[in-house]
Amino acid sequence: MNERVIETENLTKHYGDVVAVDNLNLVVHKGEIFGLLGPNGSGKTTTILMLLGLTEPTAGKVRVLGLDPVRQPLSVKARVGYMPDEVGFYDELTARENLIYIAKLNGLPRAEAYRRIDEALARMGLHEVADRPVATFSRGMRQRLGVADVLIKQPQLIIMDEPTQGLDPEGAREFLRIISNLKQEGITILLSSHLLHQVQAVCDRVGLFHRGRMVLEGTVTDLAQQVLGSAYRVHLQADGSPSALMEALQRLHNVVEVRQEDHNRYEVAARSDVRAEAAKAVVAAGGRLLSLDVEAPSLDDIYARYFEEVEHVTTAGSSAK
Amino acid sequence: MSLRREAVQSESFREGSPWTGLWAVVAKEMADHLTSVRMRVLEILMLLTAAGTVYAATMNLRTTVGEDPFLLLRLFTTAYDPLPAFVGFLGFLVPLVAIALAFDTVNSEFNRRTMSRILAQPIYRDALLLGKFLAGLFTLALILTAIWLLIIGLGIIGLGVPPSGEEVGRSLWFLLASIFYGGIWLALAMVFSIVFRQPATAALSSMAVWLFFMIFWSIIANLLAQILQPVQYGFAREILAQAQLELALSRLSPNTLYTEIMLALMHPTVRSVGLTLPIQWQGAILGSALPLHQSLLLIWPQLTGLIAATILFFALGYVLFQRQEIRA
Repeated sequence: MNERVIETENLTKHYGDVVAVDNLNLVVHKGEIFGLLGPNGSGKTTTILMLLGLTEPTAGKVRVLGLDPVRQPLSVKARVGYMPDEVGFYDELTARENLIYIAKLNGLPRAEAYRRIDEALARMGLHEVADRPVATFSRGMRQRLGVADVLIKQPQLIIMDEPTQGLDPEGAREFLRIISNLKQEGITILLSSHLLHQVQAVCDRVGLFHRGRMVLEGTVTDLAQQVLGSAYRVHLQADGSPSALMEALQRLHNVVEVRQEDHNRYEVAARSDVRAEAAKAVVAAGGRLLSLDVEAPSLDDIYARYFEEVEHVTTAGSSAK
Repeated sequence: MSLRREAVQSESFREGSPWTGLWAVVAKEMADHLTSVRMRVLEILMLLTAAGTVYAATMNLRTTVGEDPFLLLRLFTTAYDPLPAFVGFLGFLVPLVAIALAFDTVNSEFNRRTMSRILAQPIYRDALLLGKFLAGLFTLALILTAIWLLIIGLGIIGLGVPPSGEEVGRSLWFLLASIFYGGIWLALAMVFSIVFRQPATAALSSMAVWLFFMIFWSIIANLLAQILQPVQYGFAREILAQAQLELALSRLSPNTLYTEIMLALMHPTVRSVGLTLPIQWQGAILGSALPLHQSLLLIWPQLTGLIAATILFFALGYVLFQRQEIRA
């Protein structure tokens, strides 16, 4: 289970003077969904292209499925499915014709290719429109055709660049469901995105990119601990003396900060889910508990906070000069 | 020891053949070319030109059947006012078709955002570029061969004279020259399609180069020759040097090379495509036809020049394409 599907060692890419990827050390294990996060231009796409051997690294090592994409690009590309950002098709050809071309480029025998194409189209719910030109397809259909296109080579690893960008909420939800299903088949998935709540919904682990470096890495809860200092936010509503309640809550184990939001609403930031303890403390302090709710750590918060801090540090640094 | 050799090998070699997937690309691109509206229009244009000029030539030649031993070749070269001869039309139809086939080969893949998806398949860029070029060349060859057969067929019906082996041989070599003349413009348009992201820019640039060679180059060659080899005292030697320089310069244009090939192949009596002095004609029986291999010898440099230029432009495009970043 702990087999390494992707491994990079001090991977670096320069475009002239611009450092697109800077000493990246990334490990993705078999069967997991790993999310690359970060603003545009932070090096996500460049990293993906280097993993596929479509761009040569300036320095460092890459291993994908135990192969070197620089020297064995054909073997890597035969085993890895890549869905580029805003995937494009030949509009004048039908969905099936587009896939036949891909099957031929993969050197599949005809009968096997047709079987896989039918299977992939049926699976993506495109069977009925298989013989319609792609020009008539909606964005969601194109995106699903993109997945069908990747499935034809029966990949061990799928890399998706911004897969849910431009989809409507229903389309995006459906797409995330497809990704989860692929994971259940044991396919490892690497996806890049800046749509955080979607990444959070499917990814096992995420890596946050900033100016070519992976500045944070881990599960969403880990990141929340690192960046926010507290991963959980408990919202509670209670009648009673505010000072007494706040003092009681503050004393709880794992609580980082207590804030009064309204006359009887409080927010407790904590390192663990402290709902039960908080309820007990409110009652013990003579309060009447009206409601209690926990907010799981959100990537949006982590992301916003992280870049706020980075911004703060850089502006402080430049004003000091 | 063997481990080290293995390491060295894996350092310096890419795995697999660069031509993996080549024929899949050729088949797909050719299917695209042959079904596209753009090609239909050009095919109709070429067919009409061929039918029109050959019909006119037949009308003209009927009066002289039996007098000319190279009747079939006359079908290609006889002009009948107001129509120019078919070979005259070919001089600009072939570049037009070649440019139309190639001006959006590479940039359209980027614009449709299919490039990264195709290159993520187990093929090298080499196969994609060569596949696209070969598909263009095969399409061009297909069209030209079809027209060539059509003309010969029309000639047999219209004139009632079967072609001789010599005539078929000459016109076949001419067909080959026409294909490579198209190959130059195909490769050039492809270079522009790699350099420019906008297909319209690539098309217009290719057209500009073509018009430059078609119209302006002979004027420029003339001016350059006058400047570089001025005739100061009016010696024959000076005049000859100037004329030779002008000829050499004008041969940089593929149009000149093609015209010279056409002259030598389609007019068997042509004995030279360059400058000759009266002294060099001594003993020649003017007006008698050369055998095919002698005519070929005459234009061999021109023919290899056309093929070399095609390969050169393709190589240029190849280098540019290999260095191009894939991200759009």
